[in-house]
Amino acid sequence: MAGSGKLHLRLDSDPLLIVQDLVVQYKVNRKSFVSAVAGISFDVLRGETLAIVGESGCGKSTLGKAIMQLPRPQGGTVVLDGVDITALDGNDLRDVRPKVQMIFQDAISSLDPRLQVKNIIDEPLKVWKKGTAAERSVKVDNLLNSVGLDPVVVRDRRAYEFSGGQCQRISIARAIALDPVLLVCDEPVSALDVSIQAQILNLLQDMKEKLGLTIIFISHDLAVVKAVSSRVLVMYLGKICEVASPDDLYARAAHPYSRALIAAVPIPNPDVIVKRISVDGEPPSPVNPPSGCRFRTRCASASERCAAEEPQLQEVGLGHFVACHHPVTN
Amino acid sequence: MSEILKLSDFSVSFDTPRGDLHAVRGVDLSIAKGESIGIVGESGSGKTVLSRATMGLMPSTATCTGTVEFKGAVISNLSRAEVRKNWGTGMAMVFQDPMTSLNPVRRIGSQLMEALIVRLGMSKDQARARSVELLERVRIPDPYAAMKKYPGELSGGMRQRIVIAIAIACTPELLFADEPTTALDVTVQAQVLELLAELRQEFNMAMILVTHDLGVVAGQTDRVIVMYAGQIVEAASTTDLFRNMKMPYTEALMKSIPRMDQSSGQRLRVITGRLPDPTTPEPGCSFAPRCEYATDKCRTEKPPLVTTQTGHQYRCFFPIGGSL
Amino acid sequence: MKKAQSLLIRFSQVALVLLGATFLVSILIRQLPGDVSLLINPVASEAERASLRHELGLDRNYFSAYWMWLSRMFQGDFGFFIFGGKVLPVLKTAIPPTLQLIFYTQIVALTVAVPLGVTSAYKQGTRFDRFTSTTLFSLSSIPNFGIGLILSLIIGVKIGILPPSGYKPISEGLIDHFRLMVLPVLTLAIAPISTYTRLLRAEMIGALREDYVLLALSKGLSDRRILLRHVLRPSCTTLMTSAALSMGGLIGGALVIEIIFVIPGMGTQLAKAIGMREFLAIQTYVAFIALFYITFNSIIDVLIGVVDPRTRSRRA
Ligand SMILES: Nc1ncnc2c1ncn2[C@@H]1O[C@H](COP(=O)(O)OP(=O)(O)OP(=O)(O)O)[C@@H](O)[C@H]1O
Ligand SMILES: Nc1ncnc2c1ncn2[C@@H]1O[C@H](COP(=O)(O)OP(=O)(O)OP(=O)(O)O)[C@@H](O)[C@H]1O
Ligand code: SF4
Ligand code: SF4
Ligand SMILES: [Mg+2]
Ligand SMILES: [Mg+2]
Repeated sequence: MAGSGKLHLRLDSDPLLIVQDLVVQYKVNRKSFVSAVAGISFDVLRGETLAIVGESGCGKSTLGKAIMQLPRPQGGTVVLDGVDITALDGNDLRDVRPKVQMIFQDAISSLDPRLQVKNIIDEPLKVWKKGTAAERSVKVDNLLNSVGLDPVVVRDRRAYEFSGGQCQRISIARAIALDPVLLVCDEPVSALDVSIQAQILNLLQDMKEKLGLTIIFISHDLAVVKAVSSRVLVMYLGKICEVASPDDLYARAAHPYSRALIAAVPIPNPDVIVKRISVDGEPPSPVNPPSGCRFRTRCASASERCAAEEPQLQEVGLGHFVACHHPVTN
Repeated sequence: MSEILKLSDFSVSFDTPRGDLHAVRGVDLSIAKGESIGIVGESGSGKTVLSRATMGLMPSTATCTGTVEFKGAVISNLSRAEVRKNWGTGMAMVFQDPMTSLNPVRRIGSQLMEALIVRLGMSKDQARARSVELLERVRIPDPYAAMKKYPGELSGGMRQRIVIAIAIACTPELLFADEPTTALDVTVQAQVLELLAELRQEFNMAMILVTHDLGVVAGQTDRVIVMYAGQIVEAASTTDLFRNMKMPYTEALMKSIPRMDQSSGQRLRVITGRLPDPTTPEPGCSFAPRCEYATDKCRTEKPPLVTTQTGHQYRCFFPIGGSL
Repeated sequence: MKKAQSLLIRFSQVALVLLGATFLVSILIRQLPGDVSLLINPVASEAERASLRHELGLDRNYFSAYWMWLSRMFQGDFGFFIFGGKVLPVLKTAIPPTLQLIFYTQIVALTVAVPLGVTSAYKQGTRFDRFTSTTLFSLSSIPNFGIGLILSLIIGVKIGILPPSGYKPISEGLIDHFRLMVLPVLTLAIAPISTYTRLLRAEMIGALREDYVLLALSKGLSDRRILLRHVLRPSCTTLMTSAALSMGGLIGGALVIEIIFVIPGMGTQLAKAIGMREFLAIQTYVAFIALFYITFNSIIDVLIGVVDPRTRSRRA
């Protein structure tokens, strides 16, 4: 699926975020490097929720961080609200920063265990001088309430006293403190139990409506993705496989990898015996990705063409794009 | 079937500035060799504390009461040095947060090999070979290269798999897996769960699987325990629980799972309210403030844990489907 | 390619700091009261005084005087004393004692502080922990010349097991050299021992709470192994940063202590030079002291990178 191409971009609808040909590389040793994100393009419309799914280690977190310029990507452009932020220098970038907030995958370790919860959430407000101490204190309480924590009980406690889920909620409160326009959520609910997960997802939904928030939602829980997203982008080894609306994707996934992914979702019913389409074979080394389609070493439909030629995104239905030489059709 | 672990009236509380925090309250539980038990429950209900305290991995602010028996011997009154003899080989744990449970300044390889060398007395080469094999089994691409990396250079899901590899390195008899697959995509999750199932088959390993994912519970466990506010509120065989749940809390939990067959963009159901403050326990049923079936009795009296003939346990005055 | 570039940046930073420091000093010493030329020979003629002022560069502006000193340094001319003689031979004898003093002190401070810090963290809250922290705290509140004088008086003079003052180079016998070094090193080491111990204790207590320590425990490793392999190493970064930061204070302390213990090092020479308004010598000494400071800091930066991969950049 090593897919490239830009057919799926909707540049005439004035997207909030346009990412083109983004490349992020990590050095492995003196000679070799991994392209964790290998030339990805996508866009996010205002008020939309774009979900990114894909195999563990395929570059989702790297992609999310690269949008925030943390660290700066090696190639490509990221245009936010008409401004190419890859071209901004340090100071201008700092001014843009509060507009994009990220809930990190390692949210728990990003909370300083020695700080009191109120200070953790107050910090960004203080740094950006949002109101007096009293106003900020009210805002902190509101934020805590909105993520389902009782301010009276938690304000003065320190992060290490909380369970995993509670920590996650604190970090969400911190991220929305600055009223960002774009929120990049890197697996924000994977550590939460279903009920709080639902609360948080509804909360994100509410904020989307109230504040016109646009969300990039990285997750591997396909049911959650279906509930919250307007568009889904499936990744494999630093490339795009498929872009579609969640309903299209789950009903008619056209890429062999997407199909395997959907088939692997565990069903909460012990009587159902799931028939999985397994993704066999060794996961390829990201240092030497397979030629042509990067999924070909594990794809049942792979042909010679797949090894020779990298598939480009093609439209298989309205707003449904797939990067595969032999897309599955039902 | 013989028991590998038995908890009797096990409680854990923390000494906090706001008073004693009762994280686990009066848990009775026994697990047979090779059995797989799922623990589900809201965040903060005490699942992690229960598993860590059972192993004996608690900070000094914690007080544990009740008894823990491991392979027939009481271990809850042993000194740490004595308990430690079981760690790694007898019981092992997959820690909840993959991002913080690896030492950031040591290479993956040395963290994996360490236990093999120290606990199993392997030579360096043996340990290295075994580590590579473990990494392959948890599906890490390029295991040789991964051995030389630091945790910061791996993705979240890769770290989680390393933590799993460390836990199973010495083939423990009892594995505590605290949300072991939260950072994994579904295909890798399926492979890792399969691996754990294989280990249970091969070595008759028992497993306590803490998870939020009821889909995983359905596929991987023999028995399920539902925890709420530090207590067991429902326990039953997995099929029984899913077919015939008794607790209003379990029902509410089930209803709030997002499902693949729902159409997109729908609001998810939530359990309104939140867990009671663990420093000031409720006088009645701890779920009463949030329960749609609650009556005055529930608010003033504590429901006992009832066991039916089929072994289904619940803690409720008005169970769904009536009491037996 | 990248490596060469970062080395180049590092090197230019060092050069810039050195230039800045010495230039500042060159301005400062000119503010010292009194006309040097009169100091040497109160009855010198106007012509003699003018020629001396010219030699010293006092008739030039700050920049050109500084340039004169700098260009001479590059030609290997480290200046001369107004009262006669070249600076270079004095420098050659003064550098080793000072470097030895600083080096021994860091070693002693670290070898004492690391086990103390590790043990106090491990035995947090016990009598041992409380005793160590109170003792170190009280000791570190005495200024080091005070400690120096007390030690020299009690151990050196009253008890007499060690010589109270003086210096012998290594070439004149290792034992004598070290016997003379014990008291000054001890004096200087007390402050850093206290800082390092407290810092390491706090860092390790934080690290002991980390999940990865629990994971290491649950593998069944011994406490000793966990403390040394899993906890000490991440905490070391802070310790080393602090060692680098304390270098300034340590050099300053060493200069004072040398005078108390009569060690003919840079401190003694610098004091002498300041008293005599030896312009060129002061400037040269300061340049070398700054050089020590920077070199030591750069070494520690590199070491931190080796110990802690989190500070290393892995980007292509
Ligand atoms: N700091 C780093 N140095 C070197 N390699 C890195 C670094 N961070 C990530 N990588 C590599 O980049 C690839 C993508 O990592 P990334 O964290 O983006 O994956 P991911 O899609 O978020 O996976 P997961 O679902 O497991 O979190 C992986 O192969 C990983 O090993
Ligand atoms: N070290 C500690 N000190 C004080 N309180 C603690 C400590 N560790 C946990 N707690 C408290 O104990 C309770 C149970 O926490 P625990 O981590 O077991 O929850 P959990 O069920 O594992 O939740 P999650 O699903 O979010 O991981 C929580 O109220 C938490 O705040
Ligand atoms: S069919 Fe070919 S192009 Fe499509 S996913 Fe398989 S290998 Fe890739
Ligand atoms: S005892 Fe009452 S409040 Fe508690 S779960 Fe049952 S019905 Fe609800
Ligand atoms: Mg990630
Ligand atoms: Mg937990």
